Formats: sequence, structure tokens, C-alpha cells
Amino acid sequence: MKIINCPINGPRPLQEFHFGGEVRTMPDPAELTDQQWADYVFNRDGEPGVKREWWYHVPSGTWFIAERDNRTDEFLRTYLYNAERTDG
Amino acid sequence: MDRRLPPRNGEWIDRSRPVEFRFEGATYRGFAGDVLSSALWASDVRLLGRSFKYHRPRGIYSLAGHDANVMVEDGQRTNLRGDLLRIAAGLDVRSVNTIGGLERDRLSITEKFARFLPVGFYYKAFHTPRRLFPFYENQMRKVAGLGKINPTNEPPCSPKNYAFFDLLVVGSGPAGLAAAIAAAEQGLQVLMVDEQPRPGGSLGWQWARDAVAGQHLEGLLEQVAAMDNIQLRCGTQAAGWYGDHWIALVDDKRLTKLRAKSMLVAAGCFEQPAVFQNNDLPGVMLGSAAQRLIHLYAVKPFDRAVVLAANCDGYRVALDLHDAGVEVAAIVDLRHDGEPTKLGRDVEDAGIAVHRGYCVYEAVPAAGKKRIRAATICPLDRDGTPRTGSLTRIDCDGIAMSVGWSPNGGLIYQGGGRFRHDERVEQLVPQSLPAGLFAAGRANGVFDLEQQIDDGYRAGLAAASHLGRFNGEVPDQLIHQAEPPSHSYPIIPHRGKKNFVDLDEDLHLVDFSNSHQEGYDNIELMKRFSTVGMGPSQGKLSNINAVRILAKLNGASINETGTTTSRPFHQPVSIGHLAGRRFHPQRRTPIDDWHRKASAEMMHAGDWSRPEYYRIEGRSREECIFEEAKNVRENIGLIDVSTLGKLWINGPDAVRFLERIYTGRFAKQQVGRVRYGLACDETGVIIEDGVVARVAENRFYVTATSSGAGAFYREMQRWAMIWSMNVTLVNATGHLAAINIAGPNCREVLRVLTDVDLSADAFPYLGLRQGTVAGAPATLMRVGFVGELGYEIHVPASFTHHLWTSLMQAGSQFGIRAFGVEAQRLLRLEKGHLIIGQDTDALTTPFEADVAWAIGKNKSFFVGSRSLDIMCRKPLTRRLVGLVFRAGQINSLPEECHLIIANGEIAGRITSIAPRSTLGHAIAMALVRPDLADVGTIVKIRIDNGTLIEATVTSMPFYDPENTRQ
Repeated sequence: MKIINCPINGPRPLQEFHFGGEVRTMPDPAELTDQQWADYVFNRDGEPGVKREWWYHVPSGTWFIAERDNRTDEFLRTYLYNAERTDG
Repeated sequence: MDRRLPPRNGEWIDRSRPVEFRFEGATYRGFAGDVLSSALWASDVRLLGRSFKYHRPRGIYSLAGHDANVMVEDGQRTNLRGDLLRIAAGLDVRSVNTIGGLERDRLSITEKFARFLPVGFYYKAFHTPRRLFPFYENQMRKVAGLGKINPTNEPPCSPKNYAFFDLLVVGSGPAGLAAAIAAAEQGLQVLMVDEQPRPGGSLGWQWARDAVAGQHLEGLLEQVAAMDNIQLRCGTQAAGWYGDHWIALVDDKRLTKLRAKSMLVAAGCFEQPAVFQNNDLPGVMLGSAAQRLIHLYAVKPFDRAVVLAANCDGYRVALDLHDAGVEVAAIVDLRHDGEPTKLGRDVEDAGIAVHRGYCVYEAVPAAGKKRIRAATICPLDRDGTPRTGSLTRIDCDGIAMSVGWSPNGGLIYQGGGRFRHDERVEQLVPQSLPAGLFAAGRANGVFDLEQQIDDGYRAGLAAASHLGRFNGEVPDQLIHQAEPPSHSYPIIPHRGKKNFVDLDEDLHLVDFSNSHQEGYDNIELMKRFSTVGMGPSQGKLSNINAVRILAKLNGASINETGTTTSRPFHQPVSIGHLAGRRFHPQRRTPIDDWHRKASAEMMHAGDWSRPEYYRIEGRSREECIFEEAKNVRENIGLIDVSTLGKLWINGPDAVRFLERIYTGRFAKQQVGRVRYGLACDETGVIIEDGVVARVAENRFYVTATSSGAGAFYREMQRWAMIWSMNVTLVNATGHLAAINIAGPNCREVLRVLTDVDLSADAFPYLGLRQGTVAGAPATLMRVGFVGELGYEIHVPASFTHHLWTSLMQAGSQFGIRAFGVEAQRLLRLEKGHLIIGQDTDALTTPFEADVAWAIGKNKSFFVGSRSLDIMCRKPLTRRLVGLVFRAGQINSLPEECHLIIANGEIAGRITSIAPRSTLGHAIAMALVRPDLADVGTIVKIRIDNGTLIEATVTSMPFYDPENTRQ
């Protein structure tokens, strides 16, 4: 079972976390065609590589960002949203 | 006849403790420390099991659990491995997979039909005629499979254990011991496991004849014992590797969940069989099995032996047999140059004949095939063809095979390591190992004893270096210098088709060329078609030969051919070990005890445990539920709704935040008022509903569904962060409790206990008031989920029991009764209130669920708004409607999820149903195609027995459509 380094609580087992999907910035809905909006809502980038993902530490209620290489399932960095990237 | 040898140093049996046990109904004796297989062989029993498909007689093969020849059951447990099962007083076992006992297994007739059971016949036969399939299936089930499960057996609860170490060393042979010492010297906390009951690995049997091996074993074990930071666990297998070195350790009592910082595999090799005619019969065994018999259990394997060799290990086996008093009739060496080392001269000095460049062409069975009586040998051409023109027969009762090895590398594969074939050793060796994973010894392609120890030491230092505990130079990887310990193709063709490659599945050489001919020329395809390596021993003794055969058929190299994937578990693990206790979180409300004492039937609702209904002696479940509901309609009822999500949303941005989270508007909501809140996700699908109460200008109290609250709160947190909102979110679900008192008489009861003015004018419907109830500080909301006058009373959890009992007492003169979740579901269904997740699914929009009225007009943005904009311009594909059934229809009613059928097509499904309502007839909610959604439409629902039941679409709510009662 993986260990994830929560920026607040340190390394904790995967069981304590909830996956929140890829980090994506919502575009301005008013600027988009229906097609573009549907693309944002339903399509995800499936290309293997380093992904920025939302993760949530359930017992403490902490959302944070993880950079994970999904080719090796390796967590490269974790940091709080809008925080400076720190090695983690 | 007793085949026990005189006492010897290092033997695992305790001769002072004889043990009597039963096998196949007969009584035998062995010693404490014996496994079933060794004790039986010592008693001269050679028929120990039957094969899976042809029910061929089988005996000892690896004596290490690497094969599945000897599998027994004791009536409670099944598929116990005879090679690993320690005998104990009272043990009474039978062979699995026989009819009429092991000796006269009636299923051995199967072998007569072998030519009608070609490879892959499972996939080809029994398809037609289709109507006969149940018959085929029934017959197949009788003969297929191994042990029978005893369904009445209740295994004892197996405990779980946890462990944390810097380094796990798998295997306590020469390499493992040296590795553990090297790592421990650098200060690592080391756990070393070995699946055998005693440490030492191959030092105890393979090298036992060398005095130096004994000294090594003694010295290494002394060092290990002297170090506080090495823990040695024998009888423990590392059964599976999972992410970040989470490793399942299994012993006979428990599963240990180990979290290590690194893992070092020094688990040695599986000795591999040669393939020749009748290579499976009792008496043909691996050289290592013969050595284990002699050195660990002091059992004489045979009386007269032929040793089939292709490496120096075979010569050691011959000498061990010779020393144990076995007449070694010959060494048959597949190599044309024989053994170049001193061992070659030693066997000649012992007077053992050596046939170089020869093979064993077949083992000759004795009558009944339960023993062998000779080996037929012949010269082997350098291209691997047996010269069958000059066969020689050598009388013997045993053939020991030492032709090669395959790494015990399952954990390395699982940990992300990759192997390549190395011609210097003619075996797979680790090619790349991910960070934190190390290999040493024979599993790493290092065979010389001194080199194994050095390699272990090197790997131990490498692990310490990886963890930053060793800064010196880690020695280079050692390279095997001598002859390859494995033969590149120890496979002898024979037209008799009893030259087995996979003993588990009874696959012989021709099966492979046949599957190849059918086009299965890839190892993964061939595995699945032929089932090679898919039996109980998972290819430990067959995979590498299968790869060699396929490589030859394809004219490719081993590396080009590849190998199959190794997955946990490495060895079978009893399901009881895995099941054990469960650690699912379970939430109980503060008055859980009260419910249980009041005979509540509890149910799971998400993480929560809730009263489904309260049992009354002599009444059915349905009657109890119905009477609880009726009491709410006519009188007064009380329900514990502490499971509701209860959230505070405070701060200057609270309104702005709520208007983005929910579909509705809250800016103009007055303090002290409650509104319905509906929330969608970005795709416009309904995810939550509840009430939103304004407690002060910038303070809102909201409720969410019992099972969805956690996820909803989580999403709120994320959005608040993304939108940079100045709000504080507090999840008060656990520290507040809530009780709903409902029914026409509830005001009378509550009035006695509270200082809040309950009059209809002072406290209107959808109002919120704060005050005390029975002395408890309370927030009251007048809501009508069940469709009657009702108040939800929210109090700190510690007041719940007091409040509940006070309400029960105050209401006793009115006949107040507690009601459970089922009665509440019935009442809300009558009132047409939907339950998110039951009446909606992962695609249901507010338009379909007929709650579009909850979408605020002219809102610029809320989560899902853009998607709903798009959807409201498109035609609906389904709608949530009410259905009524014919009055008096009680039986043959649909259940939830039964389908609505129109013109033979699926046109919807039932989402909720009440077979008996307080309205007198059955009612339901259903998602249906829009053309069936008009009031008055008659729809047909297909029920379990296939008949179609009619119901009429009606408007909702079913009950009190004018809202006069709430």
C-alpha cells in the first residue's frame, strides 16, 4: 500500500486519503461554446506522465496537490493549493 | 519397511517425540518435525497423491511445497500441502481429488481418455448442443477441482499483526544471513523471514556434506543471534509485495502487515525438473528433494537410484545418496563433457558409473504405476535429440533430477524488478531493480557458496547505503564464474505423451506444440490456452521449461520470448487469514444503545448504523414498519436523525459561497428561515440535497444526506479554497445530534418541554428558532420530510439521550412511538420527497427529477449551471414520476430496480416502492421515458417471475398535495 506525504501530517498510508482527480482550472463558462464546455466537463488528459492531482487527507480534512508520475506510480512532490512548491 | 536413517547432525526431526497420525484411513508413525510427505516416505509409502486431470499416481517431488503433488484435507481444512504440513498427534487426513480413495482412485480411468482430452479441450468441447450444457457442467464439477470445502467449518478468527522495519530480508540461507548481518552492522532494524521452520536455507541440505557449510551456518546464526536489531521469523512466508514495501507476511496463525523501508530477496531458487517420459511417477524427484529427505528428515529416498544431472549439484546429490546407503546405479549427465570439478572425481572414487552425454529417456513404471522399477537411458545428440536406437535399461526405484534452477523471484517481479536470461547461468537473473529493492544469492544468479555469502554482504550494504546509513563503497555485483548451473533445454521428446512439463495441469510436451500450432505463439496466450503455470503451484516448476519450449518452437531466444507475470500470493494463503476481522469504520448515533434496548433491527446506512424498525413480538417486519408510519400520520412519532450531515458555513462570503454551491438563491433569505438546498456537480447531476438555514446574517446551518455528507463537505472545502472565499466551514455532524418529532400531536408534546413559542404564527413552516428543549440548548427547524407537522431538534450530542427520553416520556400519554428508517422512507415516498442516490442516479439532472423549481432564476453561476443551461435546451430522456398500483394488489408487486417495459424495450425502472402505504394501495417512484410520464399513462413493470404488472402514472405528492398538514 502506498504512502503519501501529506503536507500537513507527513507520510501516511494510502487508506487515509481520497483521490480528487486531476488539477484542472475551470475555464470561464460564459466564454465557451457548448462543445468546449462538454470537453472540459467530460474529457481528461490520459497521456502517461507526471500528473498534478488533488488528494485529500480524510482524518484531518486537508486538500493538497500531488505531482505523481503515473508511469511509475511515484509521488514526486506534494504541496498545499496555492502554496509554494516544496519538496515532499 | 522403515526408511529412517540413523540420527544425523542438523536433522529437523525430534526422535524423542514420536507422533502417530492417520493418512487415507491407515495409521502411521513419524517424529515431531516431520512433514506429512517425509513421514509417509519414511514409512515406505510412495503413493501420496493423484494428479489433477489424469489422476496419475504421484509422490514426493520437491518436498518444499513448490509442487502440488501431495494435497490433503482433514474435514475442516482442505488443499493442505503434504510437503509443508507438520504432523501432529491426531492428524487425520485424506488425499484430495479421488473417488474411492488414493489407492483405487476410480477417476484414474480419465487417463485412458487422454487422447480425447487434447490441450484446450475445455474451450472446444461442451458448447453444443447447448441444452446439454447443464449436464456437462454437473459432470465436470464432479471431477474438476481439488479439495472440497466444508461449508459448516467455522475457522477460528485469525488475528492480524503489524510490523515496521528498515529492511526485510526474505530467505535465511547463506546470502540472506550475510545480508541481514551486513545491514544490521550499519544500524538497520532488520526482519528476516524464512518459510521453512528452521533457518539456514540451502546450507542445511544442498551443502550439508561440506564441513565448511556447517561452520558457516553455525557462525552466521551466532552472529545473527548476537545482534539485537535482527529479528528472525521462521515458518513465515513473504506472500506478496505491495506499494512502498508493504509486504504481507503469513505464518500458520496470522497475517502480519509489514511496512519496510526496503526489501532484500535472498529466497534462492526452485530446482527445475527434466522432462522425460513418466517423469511424474512416485520415485522420480528433484535432487534437492532427495537431499532434503536425507539431511532434514533422515529418510533414505530410494534403495537404488539413477541421478540425472546437468550440473555439479547432481554430483553432490549422488554422493549424498551414496553416503546414505543408497546404491547409485549411475549418473546420467546431459552434458557431453561431464563434471570438470573435483566432484567429478569424487563420484568415480565412490564407484559410481557416469554416462556423459546421455539422457533418461523414460522411467519404467512397476505394475500399477505406483513406483518405478527402472530408468531407460540413451545417448543425447548435441542438438538435444535422444538416440533411441541404443536404449539401455538400468534397474532402480528412484530417479533424482538435478538439471537446473529458476529464481524464486516472485517478490522481485511484484516489487517492480525485471529479469533477463543470462547464458552464463542459463537462468533468469534480475536485470533492473527499483530503488529500495535488492537481490542476493542464487536468486541473483550467484551459485558458489562463498560467493553467495559475499553477495549477501554486498546487498546488505547496498540496502544500508540506500537508506543513508552506510557511506562507504558498496562492492560490485558478483558474477558466476563456473559452468552454468542450469541446462538450456532439459526436455526429451517421447511419443508416449507422458513427459510432463506441468505436473499441476498434466500438460505434456506435445500439448505445447499443439497450442503453438493453433496460433498461441506468445507466452501469455500459450499460458492461458494450455493453462501452463495456472495450477496450485503457479508454475514454480513449469514456467521456465514452458518458456524454453516456446522459444524453441518460435526459433527465438528466451529474452525475446519473455515470461509471465507474477502476482501475489506467492504461495496459497488461507482465506481465514485474509478475512479475519474487518476494520471498516462504523458510526453510531449517541442513542444507539437506546435503539438496541428498544429491540431495533439495525441496518447500515453509509458508515452509520441506524434503526430500520423496532421489532414487536408476534408482528412481521412489514406490520411493524406500517404501524410506525401510521402512528406518525395519526398521532406522533420520534426518529433519530443524528446521521444527517450538519455543517456550519460562516463568514462574510457565506451567501456568495452557498449560491455557488447550491442551485438556489440565499441572498434574500431572512434570518430564522429555512430553504431547500439542491446541489449538482459540474456535469449538472444532482449530488446532494438538504436544508439551508440562516441563523444570522453571515451564519448558515445546513444539513446534508446521511451517506453523502462527508463527500459534500469535502467538495465544499475544495471549492472554498479554489474560489478564495472568506468562509469557515465546520463539519458538526459528529458533535451535534438531531431528533425529528413529527405527527399531528407533536406540538402538544414539545410545548411542555421548551421555552420556544411553537404557535403556527410565531414559528411557521420552514422557520428556525433557538432555545432550550428539556433544558438542552437546541436549534429547532420546522420541516416536513415525512409530510406532517414536525420539528427537527438539533442539540449537542451529549444531550441526546436526555432529550430523547424526555420527549418519549412527555409523549407517552399521546402514544408516542419511535420510528425507524423504513417508516420514514414510506412516509416521505407518500409525500413525494426524493432520496438522492435512490430516486436519482449518477446521471439524474434536476429536470429529470422534477426539482428544477429549486434552481434560482437568473443566477450567473453555480456548480453545474453551465451544463444545466445546455441540458434545458435539449429534450428530456426520462422523468421521475409517481406510480399507483391497483387497490388490493398486495402480491406480485415489483421491487426497486425492476424494469418498466414498453413494446419489448426497457423504458424505465422503479426507484422506490411501498407495497403497503397509509393510502391503502401500493405506490412507487420510477424514472421513465418522457412519453410514458404523463399522468394517467399505464406502464408495465416486469417482476422477478417475468410477468408484467400494470401501474398508473400519477402526480406527486401522493399524500396531502395541498400541503395542509406540515
